[in-house]
Amino acid sequence: MVRYVIRRLLWAVVLFIAVTLVTYIIFFLIPVDPARLAAGKSATPAEVKAVAHRLYLDRPIYQQYLHFLGQLVLHGSLGYSFNDRQSVNSSIFAAAPVTISLVLGGAVVWMLIAIPVGILSALRPRSILDRCAMVGVLGGISAHPVWIGLVASYIFGYRLGVLPIQGYCNLRGAAAGQICGGPIDWFTHMLMPWIVFAVLYSAFYVRMIRANVMETLNEDYVRTARAKGAPESLVLRRHVLRNAMLPVVTMLGMDIAIALGGAVLIETVFGLPGLGYLAIQSVQQFDLPKIIGVTVFASVMVILFNLLVDLLYAWIDPRIRLG
Amino acid sequence: MRGSTRGSGWASGGLGRLTAVALLDVRDLKTQFRTDDGIVGAVDGVSFSVEKGKTLAIVGESGCGKSVTCLTIMGLNPRAKTVSTGEAVFKGRNLLELPPSELRTVRGSEISMIFQDPMTSLNPVHSIGKQLREAVQLHAETTKAAASKRALEMLKAVGIPRAETRLEDYPHQFSGGMRQRVMIAMALINNPDLLIADEPTTALDVTTQAQILKLMNDLQRDFGSAIILITHDLGVVAETADEVLVMYAAKPAEQGTYSDVFYHAHHPYTWGLMRSLPRLATQGQELKPIAGSPPSLLRPPPGCRFHLRCPYAMEVCRTTEPEFASVEGSDLHRAACHLDEATKKREAETLVAETMASTG
Repeated sequence: MVRYVIRRLLWAVVLFIAVTLVTYIIFFLIPVDPARLAAGKSATPAEVKAVAHRLYLDRPIYQQYLHFLGQLVLHGSLGYSFNDRQSVNSSIFAAAPVTISLVLGGAVVWMLIAIPVGILSALRPRSILDRCAMVGVLGGISAHPVWIGLVASYIFGYRLGVLPIQGYCNLRGAAAGQICGGPIDWFTHMLMPWIVFAVLYSAFYVRMIRANVMETLNEDYVRTARAKGAPESLVLRRHVLRNAMLPVVTMLGMDIAIALGGAVLIETVFGLPGLGYLAIQSVQQFDLPKIIGVTVFASVMVILFNLLVDLLYAWIDPRIRLG
Repeated sequence: MRGSTRGSGWASGGLGRLTAVALLDVRDLKTQFRTDDGIVGAVDGVSFSVEKGKTLAIVGESGCGKSVTCLTIMGLNPRAKTVSTGEAVFKGRNLLELPPSELRTVRGSEISMIFQDPMTSLNPVHSIGKQLREAVQLHAETTKAAASKRALEMLKAVGIPRAETRLEDYPHQFSGGMRQRVMIAMALINNPDLLIADEPTTALDVTTQAQILKLMNDLQRDFGSAIILITHDLGVVAETADEVLVMYAAKPAEQGTYSDVFYHAHHPYTWGLMRSLPRLATQGQELKPIAGSPPSLLRPPPGCRFHLRCPYAMEVCRTTEPEFASVEGSDLHRAACHLDEATKKREAETLVAETMASTG
């Protein structure tokens, strides 16, 4: 087990280098001079050169990359923005809680919908509930999250005025310069994003859970449990669900990890200053350190959640032995 | 098991039947499934009874209704899609009419069942100890420790080596044969009166098959359970059965004691089954499989259901369904065939002669 984790972490380092390197190369393929942008419109060529020198942009790409790696490993620093000179670390730390709130809260909402609906549909295939759920699934998968988000904003935020339309509030309390804060504000501001975010995923998960439960219900060991005289509720709880949830755990880990890299659409619709928003903004400004910062955070999350899923899987399924 | 019980058991079997009440008495059992394509009559008019300590073998090809017969008795068919009629009286109660909650208390304690494929019949995410304990605790208020003790006892009884150390192992850590032993242990853990074994050896290799059959015979002797053995292997029947029911396309084709069916077979389908049985001594000779395949139960053929594959088929077989009638000179022996008595006797004798000649 320990050896497994060590091996996984070594692979994580390789993966990390690959991802950041590719991001670097792609960035420099774009025919734009970031130094000119950073220096401003009215800068003289000499000033642009000075800016390029200060931002390390006058060195070869590999030296820039090694400089970035050195800063990260030695000082834990992701560098400083080309544009506003802010430390990228602080930008990430400001944006990450927003995205984490959105994704984890959304995951709770979509699982709260998907688990009961998926199981009930599987137990009563072709029932009214099942048919309604399947229509809902089709709608959830087909409707674009931006559209759902805008419609929801219009109805609940503008027409009914029950929920705030935009913005994010700190869970811990209002930070300097913010008008709202605390758990209640946080919750009301996140509620609509969560639900909109959950629509698409709960549709996927209802379908997956339904299929898994139906498949597991046909397993021989479920018949064995019934033949032993187990009541149906126990058969479901002890023999069906644990087996049916195995693939769901994997998918959930992957989906959360990927969404943590930035739920761009939802963040944009609801004006949430999360990582997706940060990524879009920094790409538009050709702000390499911020782009790399978001990439690093996203890849660390993917690696971490994959590891977590593997460990969880080994714990749920005795057939899997990590070695 | 057979040696002593059959001789005395079946000499008095006919009389015993009139006086003693059988453990399980199935009368005119019919099971229909509703499917998208129409109604499938999976079991159509099967009757049999099983007595304590005896073994009934149900024989036939895949899809002839053997398993469904037993699943119906256990109430394990999908409820919404199944219609069952007739009766299955077990210790005075008609199982087909018991409410599900009551039937549940019978399953696993008074009647238990083992299945064909031991590789998939145990839950992969629970240790076998947990699955065995579950079987105990579903039917008795006992502590975990007591249930564990019982589980260990049963694992030893079915011959799991180093049973003490294996209780907390998971199914994937056992071989197929060992898993089937665990299944048998689980089925017998509550001392059931009736054990239904649905092709218990089909998925196992030949040496393991023999061990499992011997184990079942030994346990039957020790625990006195009745067994319904579902199989398509007449070799297995020859080793274990007191009474045999041959099914074809959901209907009984022939039924009787072991010797009725093996030495005085009265149905061309039974003859076909016997001729397709491989024997070591018939090396070099070709096996004679029954030509064709069983008919669809969605639209069964008119007349005798076997006539399409029967080498003896006559005009009457195509139009009129033969009665499942008693054979002269035997209490239990019944067969459903239009052939005249003389032909049946002659064919049965030829078959026995062939068997004798080939086995020496």
